Amino acid sequence: MPTSPDSVTHCPPEAGQARKRLAPSALNWLGVVPFFLFALLFLILPTATLMIGAFQDANGHFTLGNIAKLFDDSILSAYWISFEVSAASALGGSLIGLLLALAAIQGGLPAWIRPTLMTFSGVASNFAGIPLSFAFLSTLGRMGLVTVLLRNYADFDLYSTGFSILSFIGLTLTYLYFQIPLMVLIVTPAIDGLRAEWREACESLGGSSVAYWWHIALPILWPSILGSTLLLFANAFGAVATAYALTGSSLNIVPILLYAQIRGDVLHDQNLGYALALGMIVVTGLSNAGYIWLRSRAERGRE
Amino acid sequence: MKSTSRLGAWVAIAIGTIYFLLPLIATFEFSLKMNRDGYSFEAYKVVLSDPGFQATFGYSTLMAVLTIIVGILLVVPTAYWIQLKLPRLRPLVEFITLLPLVIPAIVIVFGYLKLYNSSAWLPLTGNDRATDFLLMCSYVTLALPYLYRSIDAGLRAIDVRTLTEAAESLGASWPSILLQVIFPNVKSAILSGAFLTFAVVIGEFTMASLLGRPAFGPYLQLIGANRAYEPSALAIIAFLVTWASMGLIQVFARNARPARKTA
Repeated sequence: MPTSPDSVTHCPPEAGQARKRLAPSALNWLGVVPFFLFALLFLILPTATLMIGAFQDANGHFTLGNIAKLFDDSILSAYWISFEVSAASALGGSLIGLLLALAAIQGGLPAWIRPTLMTFSGVASNFAGIPLSFAFLSTLGRMGLVTVLLRNYADFDLYSTGFSILSFIGLTLTYLYFQIPLMVLIVTPAIDGLRAEWREACESLGGSSVAYWWHIALPILWPSILGSTLLLFANAFGAVATAYALTGSSLNIVPILLYAQIRGDVLHDQNLGYALALGMIVVTGLSNAGYIWLRSRAERGRE
Repeated sequence: MKSTSRLGAWVAIAIGTIYFLLPLIATFEFSLKMNRDGYSFEAYKVVLSDPGFQATFGYSTLMAVLTIIVGILLVVPTAYWIQLKLPRLRPLVEFITLLPLVIPAIVIVFGYLKLYNSSAWLPLTGNDRATDFLLMCSYVTLALPYLYRSIDAGLRAIDVRTLTEAAESLGASWPSILLQVIFPNVKSAILSGAFLTFAVVIGEFTMASLLGRPAFGPYLQLIGANRAYEPSALAIIAFLVTWASMGLIQVFARNARPARKTA
């Protein structure tokens, strides 16, 4: 390992002045070497090698052909369905999550509601993946409780309407189960940042509660809301397990296509697989960058 | 005005409660229906006595524990060091620890398979033990955002510099400063990061499935594809595990608060 001798020479002199009696200056940088080595080996290099592979042909020469093939109809449609599911669950999740958080924090409800909602949100936002898909199959599947109850007591056959838990709407409903609680958790600090004085000032100036929300609360909250929606979008876009266990391969979304590609090279083109992965990183990266930017705006606005 | 908004709040909470409880009730009800002549815990009995369940759940528990230990040993010294000596590296380290939330797990594991395949410079997928190691590293990667944020917040709440200087002036060595001074002071932060990590790792599917290891996540998927009632029982068990992890976080967070004030 090239750690000890190299990092001594890389160590800038001013680092040594900062601490006087603690340790020799090389140790300063040595202390973070394990972390950076780990990040390099298990996070950065694996991702970088895919990104490079996306721009290479089978012989290792540079090409933009793989990126161009992403725009073929079959792959583009996978991205489009992924985009729709992620967008629908992100918009629905952020709207419902916002309303739930507002109700619990500012709705004048008993004090125990808020901690209960927070604890439950912590659990439900982590209750994703395969068990979640089982839960929704038992609820809205063909033999699910809600489906059976509706058929027996309301004489209504859910599946005659074209509904299926294995479809776009089913997947979106399932994703909402972890998206809504996640929204509650992220947006709560922003709602807590709304000061009571602002509402009082608005009321004492004769403003209605609609005016308060439209002119004061929403303009303050919107960067947080929009940013959280982007985070929820990225969260859904990268999810594999829930969709795979729920729909198998009947719904052609990007993570499932990529899963099948890794398992058995279904695209018959290794480098196109790398491009598929690159496309995912671009989408989730852009939405996360938007989230971070909007969050920093929201924090600046609060100070 | 006030009463209508309170009514709206109640309605929102009621609809939310129905949406979130209904799947749990339905799953529980379904899991009891394995015997045709009435409700029973038959599905649970079948699941819990399945050697496949025991083996995969044990494997994933072991993986989770190893992940937590390695994650803590990696993150606590780093976060401590950044705070004490290299504060200007903080934005970079924070950025790196957030990357696993940006790069989907399936992409990370795809990168592993390309980088560490059996003909690569470091063939970590070459044999089972090496792949177990790779899987554990992948879980540490997944846990980085939770562990780092929780531990960094814990370290910020205590006066790291004073504690370190006090320990040093009493002649403590670096390992004993970390183990006997820093670790105990951020114990609750470490524990809450650890339980969150446990909840994330125990049922993880993508990494384990694509690395081909016999973990609980792939087992769940297999049962889901082949059985009728057992999946519901497994979903209830998984939910209880998640709930227990989160509940323990709350317990430790509550116990830690008064202690931190006196510190």
